[in-house]
Amino acid sequence: MATLFQGVGAVTPFSASSSLDSNKLLLPSRKSLSISDSRGSIFVYRSDALNLKAATRKQDLLIPNAVATKGETSTSAKSGHELLLFEALHEGLEEEMERDPRVCVMGEDVGHYGGSYKVTKGLAEKYGDLRVLDTPIAENSFTGMGIGAAMTGLRPIVEGMNMGFLLLAFNQISNNCGMLHYTSGGQFTIPIVIRGPGGVGRQLGAEHSQRLESYFQSIPGIQMVACSTPYNAKGLMKAAIRSENPVILFEHVLLYNLKERIPDEEYVLSLEEAEMVRPGEHITILTYSRMRYHVMQAAKTLVNKGYDPEVIDIRSLKPFDLYTIGCSVKKTHRVLIVEECMRTGGIGASLTAAITENFHDYLDAPIVCLSSQDVPTPYAGTLEEWTVVQPAQIVSAVEQLCQ
Amino acid sequence: MSLSATKFVHPITAPPSTRSSDKPLFSTFFGSNHTKLRFNKPIVAAQRRSSSAASTSSPVVAVSDVVKEKKLKSASNLLITKEEGLVLYEDMILGRFFEDMCAQMYYRGKMFGFVHLYNGQEAVSTGFIKFLKKEDYVVSTYRDHVHALSKGVPAREVMSELFGKATGCCRGQGGSMHMFSKQHNLLGGFAFIGEGIPVATGAAFSSKYRREVLKEPGADEVTLAFFGDGTCNNGQFYECLNMAALWKLPIVFVVENNLWAIGMSHLRATSDPQIWKKGPAFGMPGIHVDGMDVLKVREVAKEAIERARRGEGPTLVECETYRFRGHSLADPDELRDPAEKAHYAGRDPITALKKYLFDNKLASEQELKAIDKKIEELLDEAVEFADESPLPPRSQLLENVFADPKGFGIGPDGKYRCEDPKFTQGTAHV
Repeated sequence: MATLFQGVGAVTPFSASSSLDSNKLLLPSRKSLSISDSRGSIFVYRSDALNLKAATRKQDLLIPNAVATKGETSTSAKSGHELLLFEALHEGLEEEMERDPRVCVMGEDVGHYGGSYKVTKGLAEKYGDLRVLDTPIAENSFTGMGIGAAMTGLRPIVEGMNMGFLLLAFNQISNNCGMLHYTSGGQFTIPIVIRGPGGVGRQLGAEHSQRLESYFQSIPGIQMVACSTPYNAKGLMKAAIRSENPVILFEHVLLYNLKERIPDEEYVLSLEEAEMVRPGEHITILTYSRMRYHVMQAAKTLVNKGYDPEVIDIRSLKPFDLYTIGCSVKKTHRVLIVEECMRTGGIGASLTAAITENFHDYLDAPIVCLSSQDVPTPYAGTLEEWTVVQPAQIVSAVEQLCQ
Repeated sequence: MSLSATKFVHPITAPPSTRSSDKPLFSTFFGSNHTKLRFNKPIVAAQRRSSSAASTSSPVVAVSDVVKEKKLKSASNLLITKEEGLVLYEDMILGRFFEDMCAQMYYRGKMFGFVHLYNGQEAVSTGFIKFLKKEDYVVSTYRDHVHALSKGVPAREVMSELFGKATGCCRGQGGSMHMFSKQHNLLGGFAFIGEGIPVATGAAFSSKYRREVLKEPGADEVTLAFFGDGTCNNGQFYECLNMAALWKLPIVFVVENNLWAIGMSHLRATSDPQIWKKGPAFGMPGIHVDGMDVLKVREVAKEAIERARRGEGPTLVECETYRFRGHSLADPDELRDPAEKAHYAGRDPITALKKYLFDNKLASEQELKAIDKKIEELLDEAVEFADESPLPPRSQLLENVFADPKGFGIGPDGKYRCEDPKFTQGTAHV
């Protein structure tokens, strides 16, 4: 599944990849691979080409996109409709609110203001001030209020204006959201969705650039998902609202303006499954949220250098989809995890442990995990760039792993 | 019944006039014989706690005086009927005997952990909860056994939950501090103070939502949130007072002010110890009532609950009460002044109700003794039931973590983890 995106405004321009260094083509010869499927052929990749002097073959190997352009929704190129990620979230939310009158939204500035990232734009006018509730600035209490409403029959969606603000709601999320179903012996369900943008933005400063997935991952009883494309944003939003479990949906501040064509028909994605972004043979790269784009940028470079990375967007941060991940590890025997979380105790750390525990025998090399530095995100642009994993680092990590 | 004053304070600032549909806030508070209540000068806490003599000279009229006026005009001159009196008595006796039984069982090693007993505060639970319908919600704290019993959770289920057995109201998974009952609309049981108040606010919000968005007829459930004096210094309390008053949620905030938060005296922890005053600061009535007197509590409860049911918004009720035992069964209770304990022991709510029933010829000694015996038998049966109930089996371990067990994810073999047979046995490592 490809993502067509156009960098617009808020999206960080990716650093240009320039390496076509033919001296680095080191892969052992393998059978030629021809990957084609019903969607139309992706590309044909013949490894014997790699052993020739790159100069003569440079043009043949230059592949502009690391991932296939999606052909299947275009029996006619016009099917589906194009929209931005925040609009996809909006669409998913509105469809669910239309479908079930118990679905309601609460959060700061979600009503009259339309949401600070416009995800709830127009909903208050349509559904009223009680259904799209503008709350006072009291995260712990309105999250708890959402939990109480969920226990008594409603299906609330609590929006944190920035994920970081949900640190104030940690008491309610940990103690009540995660635990009440269990401590009540299964009597009360809490079908709440807690969502909001997080991640490192453009010089937003330390406190607005937090990644809370690592803090929440230990809480028993909740599920965590991270969306990364308009397609999966809408699908995950709908799945989260329909789920009987409490779900935390992580969005990213810089991804709201991604554009993609999504199907007109209704669809709901699975909360527990990972997404295969680019099948490959040499190495498994596991990533989620914004780092998916850094990985894909690096993949372009890697493909031109002759590597064949398999990229998986894990999407489900808790629980991990060990089947998709496992199948990939069994195929490639090398794993690289690229995440925006902090190094210590992050999602990558848990994932490394899970893979080692389950698939140790299949690994040819230690798992490498690229995470953000354990540094409060600095304001200065240059420093901020160095705290987060950049495509060049991904490329060199792959090269190292594949030696 | 003792005559300590109930103060009723008009909020200092009037609500904005843009909301023209608002009725004046307190017009019907004390019924048709409404006596004009004026804002009283602040009374020092020590005075408030002393005998009633100081209060009779204040300009604020005591509840019992208002009620006396009502009495003269009605045919019967009593606050309750015989049936109501017996119901109240039985509920308070159930609470008291149950807690005493808990203490016995704890010291015999049948239950463990933190157990917080309610002895002395029964008037608050009985006074409020006996006014509720089954659909109304109650949210409590860790001192929740008696709230559960008053709300209708059978004693055997509460006892078996305390013993950690599978037949407990929460299948043994909650324990003393987490009593829940969907059938009786008891929303818990919370271990951290203050964390139940937002949940109660959410239940009240649900009720308003059902009435105004879903347009369900008769959706007028009221929520009662019980919590203590220590919680009144916590942020969640203030945040919820604000939201409840802002949206006029059908909730009553009941403060069980027993003066002590484990070993911290309320007077040492609070800049202004008069909690009822904090209601008007948020635009809701704040009432102080003698929480050792079940009839007084009942009068206030009736009005506050009916006010919420009519859609007029929340009320903050501070009940002056006292716990006869320590904070929990592990608390040696050495800090409290024996004179203070004796003072409140003399105001035991059960003794007071008994006296009222006898004085007004509503019940005889035999009738009350019969109730006592009935409750004792009920509790013996509850203990026996709990003793004989099975402990939770291993298969229960993973069952209620998720409402939808797909939440445990997909295992390495491609199947959902919850489909693994070891999962239902409780031995799967998730």
